Amino acid sequence: MTTFLDAHVAVQRTSFDLDVRLKAGAGDVVAVIGPNGAGKSTFVRALAGLEPIQAGHVVCDGETWDDGAGGARPVQDRRTGMVFQRQLLFPHLTALENVAFGPRSRGVRRSAARHEAQTWLDRLAVGDLAHRKPHEMSGGQAQRVSLARALATRPRLLLLDEPLASLDVGVAMALRIELARHLSDFPGVSILVTHEAIDTLTVANRVVVLDEGRVVQEGTPAEVAQRPQTEHAARLMGLNVLRGRSSGTVVRLADGSHVVTATEAVGEVNACFGPEAVTLTPEEPAGSARNRWRGTVTSAVPHGSAVRVHLESPVGPRTLIADVTPASAAQLRLVPGRAVWATVKATEVSVYAVTPATTPLRSRYV
Amino acid sequence: MRAARPRLGRPPAHLLVPAALAVAFLVVPIAALVARTPLADLPQHLTDPVVLDALWLSLWTATVAMAISLVVGLPLAWVLARLEFPGRSLLRVVVTVPLVLPPVVVGVALLTAFGRTGVIGALLRELGITIPYTTTAVVIAHTFVALPFLVVSVEGALRASSREYDEVAALLGASRGRIFRRVTVPMALPGIAAGLLLGWARSLGEFGATITFAGNFRGVTQTMPLAVYEALQTDPEAALVLSLLMLFVSVLVLAVLRERWLGRVVP
Repeated sequence: MTTFLDAHVAVQRTSFDLDVRLKAGAGDVVAVIGPNGAGKSTFVRALAGLEPIQAGHVVCDGETWDDGAGGARPVQDRRTGMVFQRQLLFPHLTALENVAFGPRSRGVRRSAARHEAQTWLDRLAVGDLAHRKPHEMSGGQAQRVSLARALATRPRLLLLDEPLASLDVGVAMALRIELARHLSDFPGVSILVTHEAIDTLTVANRVVVLDEGRVVQEGTPAEVAQRPQTEHAARLMGLNVLRGRSSGTVVRLADGSHVVTATEAVGEVNACFGPEAVTLTPEEPAGSARNRWRGTVTSAVPHGSAVRVHLESPVGPRTLIADVTPASAAQLRLVPGRAVWATVKATEVSVYAVTPATTPLRSRYV
Repeated sequence: MRAARPRLGRPPAHLLVPAALAVAFLVVPIAALVARTPLADLPQHLTDPVVLDALWLSLWTATVAMAISLVVGLPLAWVLARLEFPGRSLLRVVVTVPLVLPPVVVGVALLTAFGRTGVIGALLRELGITIPYTTTAVVIAHTFVALPFLVVSVEGALRASSREYDEVAALLGASRGRIFRRVTVPMALPGIAAGLLLGWARSLGEFGATITFAGNFRGVTQTMPLAVYEALQTDPEAALVLSLLMLFVSVLVLAVLRERWLGRVVP
C-alpha cells in the first residue's frame, strides 16, 4: 500500500488531549469509531484545517497540508470534501446552486459549474430536486445533495462526520448502501465517523477505534468486530469484553474477580463473549456454568427478535449485555432495577491478546 | 374567541393598574396629536414649499446617510462578529457610545471635529471646504447617529447566522471575500434590512445633532423635525400636520419591520 494520507494530529486543549496517527492508501474507507468525547470530530476537523494542530503533520497525495510547525495551508487550499450530520446546505441557495458553489469557488465558469452540479445530483439520484431549496427537501434528500456538494469539488480527502446519524432508520439504510458504492468509487481517502457498527462493516475497509484522544485499535472491520479491544467497540459490535491478566484458563480482572475460559493464555488478554451466551436467572444457578455474577437490570429493549438487557454488576463485568427471548424477559420481569444472576459458560468465552501496538489504556474500562 | 382562563390565579391589581397607566401615558399624547390635527388643512400644508423642502431634504439625507452607513457599517459589523482580536470588546463599546450620547453633545463633538477651527475642519478649510451649516453637515450628523444602530443590529444578525456555514464555504474553496458576499450577507439579509430601516428611521427623527452642527436653514439643513420645531413657534397648526406626517412614517417603518423582518426572526 502506498501511503496517500499520512496524518499525525496532536491537539491540546485544557480539558482535552488528542494525539492520533493515521496512514491510509488511495481508495481506503476508514471508519472512525469511539465514545462521545473521544476526539473523532476534532480529528476530522483538524485534517480539514478547521482546527489548528499543535504538533504532527498532514500530508495528502504528496502535498504537505500542515507541517505541524506553523506551516498550515488554509482550509480553502486543501482538497477536502466534508459531509456533516446536519447537512449544512446553504439555506438561501437551491440544491443546484449548493453543489455548483464549490466548482464556482474554484474558478469554474457558471454554465460549466451548473452542468457539473446537475451531473452530481443525478449520480446521487436527486437530479429532479435541483431547483428546490434545502427547506423543501427531506433529511435524506438533503444529505444526498450535501454528499454531491462535497464530491463536486473533486476532493482528495472526503470526511464524513456521522452523515447518517440524523436520518430515519429506513432512509439511513438506503443511503448507506449508496454511500458504500460512492465511497468505493472514490479515488482518494474517505474517513467516516460513525456510531453504527453496520457502517464499519458495510462501508469501511478499515476501522480506527479512538478513546480519550488516542487510537486504541486499528484493523479491518472483521478484526474489530471479532476482537474488540475496548468496551465501547465491543458494545458497538454487540459483544461483552473484559480485560485482565490470564494464566492458564483463568483471567484475573482488575477488581480481583476472575473469568474462567476454555482457552489457555498468558498475559494481558481480552475475554470476550456475545450477549446470547449470557443466561439470566432470578436465583443463583446451581448448574455447571463457571462464570456467574449478580447484577441489576439497567434497561431492556427489543433487539431483533430478542430483548437486549443491559446489566450492571458490582464485581467482574461492571456492565454486561445479554439477549433473552421476549418470553423469558416477561417471565423474569426484567425491568430496570430488577436483581438477577448472569451466567456464562467457560466454553463461550473467547480469549485474545491485547494488541501490543495500542497505547496503554488509562481509561475507565481497565 | 374566549379569553384564556387565568390558570395561575387572577392577575394582581398592583401590576395591572401601573401597566394601564403606562399605556395611557404613551397613547394619550399621540391620540391628542391625531385628534387635534386640522385634517381639512392637510392638503394646503402638505403642498407648502417649506414643508416639501423639509420633507424632501429629510428623506434624501436619511437615505444617503444609510447608504454611507451600509458601506462602512456592514464591514465593521462583520469584523466585530467574525474576527477575534484583542480589544474587540472595547471596539464594541466605542461603537455603542453614540447610541447613548445626547444628540446635542453629538452636535458639539461634530463641530469640534469638522468645525471651521476643528481638528479636521481646519485642514478642510485649507482646501476650501467648509462643512458646518451645509447639507453635508446634515448627512454627517445623520450618519453619526444612525451608523451605530446599523452596526449593532447587523452584528447581531451576523452572529445569529452560524459560523458553520462559513466553514462549509471555505471547505468548498471559497475565499473569505466570497464567503462574505455569497454566504454571510445573504443569510443575514433580513437582519441587515432591519438595521437599515431602524437607522433610517433614527436618522429621519434626528434633531439635536443636526440643529447644533448644521443649523436650521430652509432648503439646506432644515429637515422635518427642525421644520416642526420652527412651525411650532409661528404656526402651531402646521406643526401638528408635520408631526402627523412623521408619525405616519414611523408607524409605516414599524409595520414593515414587524411584517417583513421581525416576524421571521421572532416566530
